[in-house]
Amino acid sequence: MPGVALLVFREVLEAALIISIVCAATRGVRGRGFYVAAGIALGLLGAIVVALGAGAIAELASGSGQELFNAGVLLAAVVMIGWHVVWMSRHARELARHMGAVGQAVKAGSSSLTLLLAVIALAVLREGSEVVLFLYSMAMGGIGAAGLIGGIALGVGCGVLLGFALYFGLLRIPLRHFFSATNAMLVLLAAGLASGAARFLLQANRLPALGEQLWDTSWLLSNGSLAGKTLGVLVGYDASPAGIQLAFYAVTLLVLLGGMRWAARPAAPARTEAASTRGVAPARP
Amino acid sequence: MIRLVLAAALLFGSAAAGAAEVPEFHLAIQDHAFQPAELKVPAGVKVKLVVANRDAAPEEFESTEFNREKIVLPNSSTSVYVGPLKPGSYRFFGDFHPDTAQGRLIAE
Repeated sequence: MPGVALLVFREVLEAALIISIVCAATRGVRGRGFYVAAGIALGLLGAIVVALGAGAIAELASGSGQELFNAGVLLAAVVMIGWHVVWMSRHARELARHMGAVGQAVKAGSSSLTLLLAVIALAVLREGSEVVLFLYSMAMGGIGAAGLIGGIALGVGCGVLLGFALYFGLLRIPLRHFFSATNAMLVLLAAGLASGAARFLLQANRLPALGEQLWDTSWLLSNGSLAGKTLGVLVGYDASPAGIQLAFYAVTLLVLLGGMRWAARPAAPARTEAASTRGVAPARP
Repeated sequence: MIRLVLAAALLFGSAAAGAAEVPEFHLAIQDHAFQPAELKVPAGVKVKLVVANRDAAPEEFESTEFNREKIVLPNSSTSVYVGPLKPGSYRFFGDFHPDTAQGRLIAE
């Protein structure tokens, strides 16, 4: 049971952290609970489908299907988060006039709520499909139902608890800075996801490394540790990244921050540039 | 910026072209353990690890030290590109059975 709980916990934690940030970013939006629940439900459904289709995915692209699929899911989430933060920035000006009125601030957020629902669904799908395969593996190993269910309950419980801790921690940020803070967290989250996508593409030999193991800080904080994993999700921490990961990280940061600034200009045209996160050089304003 | 994109495109092309010359190394998973548990690979070059899962249960081949993770389905094999690594010893494990599935990659 401890083994089951530990793995389930780690996967749930990754998804829970992302869900917490998304929940904070959509604070007060009417119907948010429904969207979040729908995102999680869709993600779980998707996780089962992906786990069932794992064999077919593995065969794709001469054996690189899994990496390409993971990278695709991550990059899709990056684009959606990018879209949301740029969109939020475009409306920051009008929101500012109603400063203090949370309802206003979040009315703006609701329009891209669907995007964030998809981000939640993708996060749950990615982590969930791994859990499904793991549980299948455990069940084959003859673990009893009690051990399996107990492990799942403990793992999910602890992961969700930490997610809530982050969420309520974020809620303590003063309202005046609240959406700047959640936007910043979304940008860092997106940059980290992009770096993760680069890692998968590198693992499949689809991208040049641009330098493997540029540095190694695993003596300080290893990728396997709880803190390392948590920071890995929140800000894209990697103890020994490859150059291509840094490139994806930096390009995402530049494009999103540039896009936010550009969108926040007075009388900004209604275009976003969130789609340009696939390793394309950012079009700076 | 355009120059950067061009450089990236060229590198992408060369990486894809060089794929055939990557040396292969084989690992097997049997009874939730790696065979061999210690695998020597050359340092400083990219290598292709072919991981064969001979068990009836899925496994996840993972290393937080050389930064790779991939599900290996039952009775099938998969490949993971690693490195170029600096000389050293790198731990890898089967994430679904970490009690028994432990191994090391020795880059020298």
